Order: sequence, then C-alpha cells, then structure tokens
Amino acid sequence: MKAYASIWRLRFINGMQYRSAALAGMATQLFFGFVFIMIFAAFYSNGSGDQPISLDDLITYVWLQQIFLSFIMLWFRDQELFDLITNGNIAYELCRPMELYPHWYSKLLAQRFASATLRCFPLMAIVFIIPEPYRMGFPPTWGSFVLFLIALALGLFVVVAISMLIYISVFWTMSPVGSILMIAVAGEFLAGMVIPVPLMPSWLQPIVYILPFRWTTDFPFRVYSGHIPVAEAAWGILIQIAWLAVLVLAGRALMKKALRAVVVQGG
Amino acid sequence: MNRNDAWIRLDGIEKRFKVATRTAGLKEATKALFARKHTIVEALKDISFSIGKGEIVGYIGPNGAGKSTTIKVMSGILVPDEGQCSIMGYNPWKDRTEYVKHIGVVFGQRSQLWWDVPVIDSFELLRDIYAIPEGMYRDNLAMLTEMLDLEAILKMPVRQLSLGQRMRCEIAASLLHSPKLLFLDEPTIGLDAVSKLAVRNFIKRLNREQGVTVILTTHDMSDIEALANRILMIGKGTLLYDGTLDELKERFGTGKTVTVDYRGRSGPVAIEGTTLIEWTDERAVYSFDSEKVTLAEMVTRLSESVEVVDLSVSAKDIDEIIVQLYKEHQI
Repeated sequence: MKAYASIWRLRFINGMQYRSAALAGMATQLFFGFVFIMIFAAFYSNGSGDQPISLDDLITYVWLQQIFLSFIMLWFRDQELFDLITNGNIAYELCRPMELYPHWYSKLLAQRFASATLRCFPLMAIVFIIPEPYRMGFPPTWGSFVLFLIALALGLFVVVAISMLIYISVFWTMSPVGSILMIAVAGEFLAGMVIPVPLMPSWLQPIVYILPFRWTTDFPFRVYSGHIPVAEAAWGILIQIAWLAVLVLAGRALMKKALRAVVVQGG
Repeated sequence: MNRNDAWIRLDGIEKRFKVATRTAGLKEATKALFARKHTIVEALKDISFSIGKGEIVGYIGPNGAGKSTTIKVMSGILVPDEGQCSIMGYNPWKDRTEYVKHIGVVFGQRSQLWWDVPVIDSFELLRDIYAIPEGMYRDNLAMLTEMLDLEAILKMPVRQLSLGQRMRCEIAASLLHSPKLLFLDEPTIGLDAVSKLAVRNFIKRLNREQGVTVILTTHDMSDIEALANRILMIGKGTLLYDGTLDELKERFGTGKTVTVDYRGRSGPVAIEGTTLIEWTDERAVYSFDSEKVTLAEMVTRLSESVEVVDLSVSAKDIDEIIVQLYKEHQI
C-alpha cells in the first residue's frame, strides 16, 4: 500500500508544478461557466411551462462541472502512460513488484487530484461571491452535502476505471486517438456534460440511466443541489459501487490479457 | 554443474512476433488499409543455456539477433511462445511480481527515473515500491553514492543530467533493493571513455564483493573483454556460441602480426610460414598464424639476419574475431 501512496505522492508533486496551466484552465472554466449559464437563463426566461430542473439547480450543476472538471472529464489524458506503451518503456513498469492495473490506477487518480486541487479552491471562492443569478447555491441539507462528497469520490473512481479501459486499448491499437475520441465524445455527452441529463429528451434518458457515464457527473451534482433527494441518493451510491466493481474487474481481466500478448516496442 | 539445478536455466525458449509489412507508396498503403500482410518473425529459436550463481555473462550478437528479447523473457516482461525458464526457482513470467523483487534491470536505451524531479525522489519512490527496509536503503544508497560518485548529482533533476551521469543513476536505481541478479542491456551505450571505465569497474566490484550475478548485452567488445568470463553469442534467434572469451580467441584469434624495427639490412627477409606485409629499411610487418609458426621461431630467424631494435606483437582484435564469427555463421 505504501508503494501506491508513494507513487501517488510523487505524481501529485509533479502535477502541482503546472501552475500556469491551472491559471489558464481556471479562466477558461469561468468563461464557459458564464456562457452556459447565460444560454440556459435565456432559454428559461422564454420557456413556457414547468422545467424538469430549476434554474438555480442548473446553475449549481454548471459550476460544479467547471470546478471539478479534472475529476470528471474523460479526455483528461496522461501522455506518459500512452508513451510507455507505444515506445516500450513499459518494460520498466513490468519489472516492478506490483500489478500494473493498481499501479496505473493510482497514477491517474493522483494526476486528476493534483489538477483539481490547483483549480477548485480559487474557482469556488469566485463562484460563491459573484452576483446573482450567477452565484452558486449551497446544498439544502448537511445530508445532501455528505452524500455529495461520497458520490463525487465514487464518481472519480468510476471515471478513472473507464479511462483505464482507454489506456488498455492502446496495447492493441498503438494509438490513443481513436479510443479517446470515441469514449470522450460519447461519454461526455452521456454523462450530461453537454446537456444536463434532466433536460435531455425523454426517450434518451433511459439509455443514459443504464450506462455508467452519468454516475460520474450528473448524479453527484444533482445530489449536491438536492434535486436528487437523500434517500434516492443513497441507492445511487450503491449503483456507483456496483459500476465501479464491474469496470475494475473488466479492466483487470483485459489488462491481464494484454500483458500476455504484450509486445515491448523498440529494441 | 547439473543442468537441472542450475541457478538460471532456459530450455527451448521460442518467441515469435507478428510484423505488419508493406512496401512503400500510397497505393500500397491504401491496400494495407483493407488487407494487411503479416510476416512472422522468429525472434528466438530454441534457446537453451544455464548460468551459475556469481557469474558475469556477456550476451552478444548483431543488432536484431534477439539479445534484448532474451533479456525481456528472462526478466518476466515478455511471455515466450514455447519453452521453460527457471531462475532462482521462479518462473519469470508466471511469478512475475514475486520474482522481480530479486532482480535488477537496466535498459541502456530507456529511463526509469522521473524526468522532472531530482534523482533522489525517484530513489525514494523505488524504496517504497520494493518495500526496502530503511536501514538497508540507507546502507545501499551510501554504498552506491560512494561507488558511483553520485553525491553531487542526487539532488539534480534528471533532465539536467548528462548521459553518463544519468546512466550511473540508472544503475544505482536498479541496485537499491540488493538484487542477486542484475540484467544490463547495453549499459555503456553512448558513454565516454571515463564513464565507461567507471561503470565497468563498478560492475566488477559489485560481482566480486557482493556476489551479484550479472548478465550484460553490449556491442562494445572491450566491455566483454573487461568483464565477462563467459560469453553467449546469439544470431538470428539461435544460440551460436557458449564458452569463455579465451577459448574464442584461441579458436579464431590465432592470426597475429609482428612489427620489427631493426638496423643493418637493406633487403627483405622472408620467413617460412609468414606473410610479409610491409618492408622498409628500418621496419617490417609480418602476419603469421601462431598455430603454424611460433613466435620464438620467428624471433630466432629474424635475429639471424638483422639487428633487432624493437619488436611488438599484436593479436587479432576482438572485434575482428566477432566479425569473423558472424561471417562464419552468416548472420
């Protein structure tokens, strides 16, 4: 366990070096947050009848997306891991007394954590003080808040488990471009990153609900605003755990298969 | 040594790679989109040998012969298609995580150090990965720092090290957990003479003082000459030679040249069984086969006809022997 903690730590230190990237990222995220909120506000003021989610909840949803972007975005990629596979440096990873799956999992987790730590606190400070209607709301109860934290953490584990599948696919494809594009475009949409899930057409929602993607973002964010009530949220967390188990087991099995057939590239 | 209880034993190891091939050109590339041609490359064909504890073995062969592939199989990275392998009682690829605790590996063309952080951070990470006890880590680090002269560079980021400095750190990184077996895949590639010597002396000392078994691949025959008591030669995936360097020299290196400086002669001296390569009024160069004419005979014949001032004998260069050997096996 100490080994994984150590890898995690070094990765984290490494990731914390990218301060200017974090600054640029924060500016971008504020910009996108404002744009999304303006669009939704315009729709809501002209819309007729009841909306499936209130504007306040939606604003919170958008800000949470922006704050925790590095936790949840699927296209967040670790070039180093891809390079390890395609240029053969994986040779060194394989002569360590560790299983490769948890080894890489902890690396990816640390990288997202480092990136999120740098960005989320300043962003939070901003979005809680800006004027209405752009200001972000607080969760309705402490229960919602605690469940949100658990759901967010589990969502992060699920995202990393999904992205592990992208890395494993590179053992066969030798290029991450295809896998990333496919999973990122489809996964991002199905997670509610483009259109919040409650606003999707009713025929699409059942499809979204049976896939793992929405459990990474849509679910924790709606738990935060109380749009998903506490009792329902507790059930949702169990479903998150189930997805996590399935994805990790699948990833480990595929990794094992990949390593049996692995070709270490280069001399 | 009984083959069955050897420390390291490989038996009939085979490895094949599937390689996609096509000829150059847009038309061919388009064709390859739909139907790809594959060739099966036999990287290793029936490789068997055994190595005892405490040996230094040089593993040589031309580029693409299968040296690195063998090392990768032996270090548990590649799974062979056929054959058995047992090292210290482990099967490298089946017992990988347990087995690799006891080996150290250096791939001269790759890096195991974290690029952006000081060397010492990578070392500490390795300490945790291998769960090295604190006392052992401190002792090993102190020993390696002294032997490889790392003091000044431990706190520098890896990207700012020269190749020679980095290689010394790479070697140290592979030895922090006191492995009993060390694989060195081209450890001296690209190093200058000073670094090369430092690395060689270190390997020798490590083997002598700690009894570490070393298997090294290299293209630099002086590495082999300085280090290995035994060499294995591989070509086109087949093991071609297994024996000592001296045996090899005896078998192929019997051709010698003699350069003589002398006074008191204006015409060439012919000596039976030798070839006169060069002749001037002061100097002559002969080449001869030490199996046919002994050096003593030559000197006697020479001193009968000239006044010898200086005389030097040189054996055939080890590189030339290897080239001859490669030629003989048509690799």
